[in-house]
Amino acid sequence: MVEADRSSAAETDEVVSTAPVKVDVRNLTISYSGKTALRDVTLDIRQNEIFGIIGPANSGKTSFLRALNRMDLFIPGMKVDGSIVLDGREVRKWRNVYALRRRIGVVFPLPVGLPMSVYDNVALAPRLAGIKKRARLDPIVERCLQRAALWDEVKDRLDSLGSLLSGGQQQRLTIARALSQEPDLLLLDEFSIAVDPVTTMRIEEVLKELKQELTIVLVTNLVQQARRLADRTAFFLTGELVEVAATSALFSGEVNDERTRAYVEGRFG
Amino acid sequence: MSRVTPASIPDTQVMDRRNLDWYVDKAVQVLVFVGGVSAILFIIGIFVFITKEGFGFLTTTFDAQEFFTSPRWRPTSEHNPTYGALALIVGTASVTGLAMLVAVPFSLGAAIYIGEFATGKTREALKVLVELLAAIPSVVWGFIGLSMMNPLIIKLFNVPVGLNVLNAGVILGLMAAPIMTTIAEDSLKAVPDGYREAAEALGATRWQVIFKVVLPAAKNGLVAAVLLGVGRGFGETMAVLMASGHSINLPTSIFDSVRALTATIAAELGETAVGSDHYRALFTLGIFLFLITFLINLTADLVVRGIRKK
Ligand SMILES: Nc1ncnc2c1ncn2[C@@H]1O[C@H](COP(=O)(O)OP(=O)(O)OP(=O)(O)O)[C@@H](O)[C@H]1O
Ligand SMILES: [Mg+2]
Repeated sequence: MVEADRSSAAETDEVVSTAPVKVDVRNLTISYSGKTALRDVTLDIRQNEIFGIIGPANSGKTSFLRALNRMDLFIPGMKVDGSIVLDGREVRKWRNVYALRRRIGVVFPLPVGLPMSVYDNVALAPRLAGIKKRARLDPIVERCLQRAALWDEVKDRLDSLGSLLSGGQQQRLTIARALSQEPDLLLLDEFSIAVDPVTTMRIEEVLKELKQELTIVLVTNLVQQARRLADRTAFFLTGELVEVAATSALFSGEVNDERTRAYVEGRFG
Repeated sequence: MSRVTPASIPDTQVMDRRNLDWYVDKAVQVLVFVGGVSAILFIIGIFVFITKEGFGFLTTTFDAQEFFTSPRWRPTSEHNPTYGALALIVGTASVTGLAMLVAVPFSLGAAIYIGEFATGKTREALKVLVELLAAIPSVVWGFIGLSMMNPLIIKLFNVPVGLNVLNAGVILGLMAAPIMTTIAEDSLKAVPDGYREAAEALGATRWQVIFKVVLPAAKNGLVAAVLLGVGRGFGETMAVLMASGHSINLPTSIFDSVRALTATIAAELGETAVGSDHYRALFTLGIFLFLITFLINLTADLVVRGIRKK
């Protein structure tokens, strides 16, 4: 059983290593009001992979995601240096950051059901993009809810408030909302923090499916979640990229740094 | 050794003694209760007083049809005093209505700017400024209406008098705007940042975030702010008395002078004989005002309650 897992992971490694680069990060340094949160990170994220980022609290994982979709613009004091090239174009060269963000879906740690109906939650992004007709919105909403494994539970209550769903449902609603803008990059920040194990497993299945169509960056504080999902995994520690490697290698002990071994084996600190 | 000795069972009787904390807690409960009850008693007392004073008029001379449909407020006529409050009601309503036209865009705009755009020192400075504006006494506003707005309106619009609906409405609007701004800004601040962040991540521009997410989420608080402004407009006396021209009129344009309910009471009550029909009629106006402001505040309160439920 373990052997089978290993070999299938090894196969994906090969697929991934030949896939084109989606995001190319060079010498990324992030600071808040002069205090460095992430130092000199260089890595690349390939097309159609799930790229895992693990690391304890304060290691700079969220800051990394913020830099990718340019959330730094609205955070006073946040400064980003180095380069992030998405599909061949430096993200900080985008003049229309709104158009950039529409290509990037984000799922936050705590579910955020906006205080509008389930339908409106999912239809928000298409509406912002100018799609107004119900006839065009309906199929988008249904498809996104389907993909987020939420359709069956909410199809009869699309008009009820999104913020009244259970936590696990709201998190799937957030995923449906993130998918509604047809992103080609999906960022997930510790999505399972407020979600029960069963729902977590369902979302994980969803992510495996989505990988066929888009690239996923999965920040997680559950080492085993990275092991289950990620093709490659990066280990961040107090603002430093300790190492990045194929997930199967990291978890089979082929590590370059003893700190990585200690962290993935759960004996840290 | 393994036997449980009676001494090892905690003595709950001793633990359950009433100590100082317990007495302090009870005392505070009683104090707060007395405070709350006396506030309610005062309000009931005031209501009973004005009702009692107006009651004799309500049951005898009062003619509901005349009161609500006749613009003739002639309580001092020797032969045939009439008590039509229509002109006064219309006067108050028109001034308040215009005031809201002025105050709503001003205060919502200011609240959005302070809450969503201003940062750091600018924001703090603006908030202090708004609070200062809210503290300007109404007689000062009346003074501005009388001595600055009056000549300005005469000159700008080439009308004979500048004390009119326009003057009083603008003054009242400026007067109500600061408190409305404060309440509206509070309700914007109550919208979780997570909502903004989520909308921004969807590629919403700042205006889209505000109009599609923040304002709808803060809707109830904003409605409450407007209703409190309306309540303030209805109840305001001094500034309206000074700026409206104080003449009984069914206005046909904003350049007509009007007279407000409140101003009528303030100006006439001192000159009436206690217990006379005129005196009681003024109290009837008071009851009417009381009911209207009560209804407005009640609505505002129910709306605010609506926020909390969500
Ligand atoms: N908005 C902010 N303003 C100032 N400092 C911040 C801000 N956000 C993060 N930081 C700082 O940046 C550093 C990295 O934080 P970050 O949120 O990226 O860590 P993380 O790896 O996501 O941690 P966690 O697992 O707890 O979410 C921390 O020292 C934090 O204090
Ligand atoms: Mg984080």
